[in-house]
Amino acid sequence: MTAPISQAQIASALSRWLAPGSVLTNPEDVRPFETDGLSAYRQLPYVVVLPRTEAEVQAVLRYCHEAHIPVVARGSGTGLSGGALPHKDGVLLSLSRFMRILEIDPQARVARVQPGVRNLAISEAVAPYGLYYAPDPSSQIACSIGGNVAENSGGVHCLKYGLTVHNLVKVRAVTMAGEVVELGSDGLDAAGYDLMALITGSEGLLAVVTEVTVKLLPKPQTAKAILAAFDDVEKAGNAVANIIAAGIIPAGLEMMDGPATRAAEAFVHADYPLSAEAVLLCESDGTPEEVSDEMARMQALLESSGAIEIRYSQDEAQRLKFWAGRKAAFPAVGRLSPDYYCIDGTIPRRSLGSVLKRIYELGREYGLEVANVFHAGDGNLHPLILFDAAKPGEFERTEAFAGKILELCVEVGGTITGEHGVGVEKINQMCVQFTPDELSLFHAVKAAFDPEGLLNPGKAVPTLHRCAEMGRMHVHHNELPHPELPRF
Amino acid sequence: MQAELQSLIDQVRAAHAAGTPLRLQGGDSKSFWVCAQAERTLDIRPYRGVVDYEPSELVLTVRAGTPLSEVEALLGAQGQMLAFEPPHYGPNATLGGTIACGLSGPRRAAAGSARDFVLGVRLIDGLGRDLSFGGQVIKNVAGFDLSRLMAGAFGSLGVITEVSLKVLPRPPFELTLEWALQEGVALERMNQWGGQPLPVSATSFHNGRLRARLSGAEVAVRAAQARLGGEVVADGAAWWSALREQSAACFQTDKPLWRLAVKSSAPPLGLSGALLTEWGGALRWLASEHAASQVQKAACDAGGHALLLRGGHPAAPCFGGLDPILAQIHRRLKHAFDPKGILNPGLPGNF
Repeated sequence: MTAPISQAQIASALSRWLAPGSVLTNPEDVRPFETDGLSAYRQLPYVVVLPRTEAEVQAVLRYCHEAHIPVVARGSGTGLSGGALPHKDGVLLSLSRFMRILEIDPQARVARVQPGVRNLAISEAVAPYGLYYAPDPSSQIACSIGGNVAENSGGVHCLKYGLTVHNLVKVRAVTMAGEVVELGSDGLDAAGYDLMALITGSEGLLAVVTEVTVKLLPKPQTAKAILAAFDDVEKAGNAVANIIAAGIIPAGLEMMDGPATRAAEAFVHADYPLSAEAVLLCESDGTPEEVSDEMARMQALLESSGAIEIRYSQDEAQRLKFWAGRKAAFPAVGRLSPDYYCIDGTIPRRSLGSVLKRIYELGREYGLEVANVFHAGDGNLHPLILFDAAKPGEFERTEAFAGKILELCVEVGGTITGEHGVGVEKINQMCVQFTPDELSLFHAVKAAFDPEGLLNPGKAVPTLHRCAEMGRMHVHHNELPHPELPRF
Repeated sequence: MQAELQSLIDQVRAAHAAGTPLRLQGGDSKSFWVCAQAERTLDIRPYRGVVDYEPSELVLTVRAGTPLSEVEALLGAQGQMLAFEPPHYGPNATLGGTIACGLSGPRRAAAGSARDFVLGVRLIDGLGRDLSFGGQVIKNVAGFDLSRLMAGAFGSLGVITEVSLKVLPRPPFELTLEWALQEGVALERMNQWGGQPLPVSATSFHNGRLRARLSGAEVAVRAAQARLGGEVVADGAAWWSALREQSAACFQTDKPLWRLAVKSSAPPLGLSGALLTEWGGALRWLASEHAASQVQKAACDAGGHALLLRGGHPAAPCFGGLDPILAQIHRRLKHAFDPKGILNPGLPGNF
C-alpha cells in the first residue's frame, strides 16, 4: 500500500501540463464544485482542474491513471442525480472552459461543438440557418452538451424528436488511459459496435467527452398548443392513449395533476382551470397545413375522452403562457414547501391511473404531500414530494417514500430513471431493477473502457456487495455502515 | 415458450462449457452477407411470438425468432409500422436477425435507424446467462445502454431473445415525385430539403433521376408537392420497396455490391460503378471490382465507412478495420460479454 498522494503533489504534477490558474486546491476555490443540481449531496473535491484543450485533458487523465487517482468529469453541474458529485480523494475535471462552437455546417445540418457549450447556445447559434438542436431538457439555458451526452438528456419533445442519443452524429472522447477515441461518423452509421450509443447516458463512467457533433433539424414553421382540463386523472390518461392510438405523434404531450396545476397557477397565473384534477398540454408543430389538421383531430379526441374544458392557443403569446405554468411547475411546487424532492421514474402510460392512485396512498402513509408532473407522451413521471428538511426525520421519510415510488415504477414494467440518471441518488434502486448477473455485466463493460475503475467510481452501477448488504441493512443517507471498508 | 428459451440457454451453456463456437441463425436470410464460421448452429426460430403489444403505448415486445413479415402484418393491422423500414432479404427474416444486423431502409434518414427504435433487449450472453437491459418505455437511462449496443453487433455480444421496439403510426398519405437531374445537383437538393420543414420521408438518385417520397397528412403532402414541383411517380411504393430490398434491377449485378455510409453532403465519390444514392446523400451504393482498400478509402475520405454486401472474393472481409484504440475496446467488450468467444466468431469483423 503506497501512501496517499497529497493535494500539493497532485497540483504541482498537473501544473506542468496546464496553464496557470487551471489547478485549484484551496477550499474556497473548490467549494463551488462540491455539489451539482442535487444539492442534498455535497463533497469537497480534493483537487479541481480546468483544462482548456483536449491535449490537457489527456495529460490530466494520463497522470491520474498512472497515479491511480479517481477522476470525476463535470459540465455545467446541473445534473439532478449527483452524477458530478466529487470524489473525496479525486480530481474533479471541469469542462467549463470548452466553450467554443467549432463548426456549423448548414448544408449537412450538423454542428461540431466543445462539450462545455450550453444546450440552448447551439440552437441560438444555428437559428440564422433555420435550424435547431431538438433535445430540450428544462435546464437547457444552463446545461452543457457534454453533460447531455453523459446523461442522455431528454426534454418535453422526446416522443417526436428523440433523446440525445438520437440527435448525435459523432463524439470524441478521452479514455482514462488518456487515449483519444472518435465514436460515430459523419455518415448515418459507423463501423463496429455502436459505441456512441453506449457512451451516451454512461454518466461519465466510460470516457471524458471532448467534442460533440450534433444533428440539426429544420425549425418547424409553426407550433400551436391545446390545454385540456379533466375532472379525473384516469380520463386524462385515456385521452393520451386515444390521441396516440389515433396515429398522432404530438410534439409535446404533458400532464399535471390537480396539486401541480394549482401550484403552477398560483405561481405564474397561466389561467389554468383550478377545479381540474388533471390538465393536459398538447402541442402540434410542423407546416401550417400539418398543424391545423392535427389540432382539429386532437380536439375531437380530447372532447370524446371527456375533457371538461378545452382551450386553443390563439397566438404565440398564449402558447407560451400555456407552457409557462408547466415549465415553472417545479419552482411553483417549491413555493408550497421549504423543500421538495423530485423523482424521475418512467412507467408504461397505461399504468398511469393505478400508479398515481398508489402514489397518493403512499403519500398518506408517509404523511407527505405530493404533486405530479408527467411527460405523458413518453411515460416519464416526475412526482414532487413536499417536505421540510429542518424537521427531524422528514428527509429520511421522503427518501424512503421516493424509494417506494421507484420500486413501484419497476413493478409496473417501467424504470427508476427516465432522464435524470442514476448517479449517487438512485444507486440502491439499481439493485431492484437489475439482477446481480446484469450488474456484473455493467461492471465488465466499464472495465472494457476503464479497467482500473478510476472514472467516476461509485456512481451509476452499484457493487454486488452493496446490493447484497442492502437486502439486510438499513441504508441511512445513502451511507453504508463502515464506509472505510473497501467494497470493490 | 419457457421450454424453447431454456433450450437456447442450455445450448449456449453447453457451448460455453465445451468452448464450442456457435453460429447464430434466425431465418438465414442474411447469410449471403454475413456468416460466422462455426460448426454448430444455434437456431433461434423456435423462440417466437409476441410478448406484448399495446398500440397506444407505441411499444412492441416480441421474441427474436418471430418472422419480420409477421411483425409487420401485426403492426399494419393497427395502422403502425417499424419506421426504420428494415430490409428482409428473404421471406424468412426474423426480427432478432433484423436487429442484430442493424440494417435500415429508405426511411432511415428521416425517421431513424434500427438502433434508434430499440428500447430494450433480453439476451443470453456468452456464459449462458439470461439478462435484460433497457425496457418497454421510451425514456430509460438506468444502467449502460446495452440494448442499443446489440443493434449491429451481429450476435457477437449475445443471443438476442426478445426485443422491445418503439413503433410509429403509418403516415396516412404518401406520394413519390421525380426530377431529371445531374448527380451533383441532386445531392445538393437532397441536402437542402433536409434543412427545410418538408415531409420528405425518403430520397433516391439513380440514372439521372432524383426521387423523393413525401409522407404525412394529405393536406401537408399536397402543400409540399405544390412547392417542390416534379413529376408524380405512379408506382412509387414499389420503387421504395425494391430499394429497401435491393431487388431493383440496378442491383442485379455480378460485381461486388458495396454500401458506403458517408457524410450526406459529400460530393460524388468519383469511383466508377456508382449505382444509386439514398438517405439524402448519406448512403451510396456501388457495384464495382475496385480493391476493397480503395472503396474503404473513398468512404473514409467522405466521412464514413464501406460494407461489402454481396459478391467479391470469398476472403474479402465485409467490414473495414478499426483504429487500434477502438479495436482494443472492441476486444475487451467482446470478452466482457463472451469470454470464450463462442458467439458468432469473427463478427463483426476482425479486431
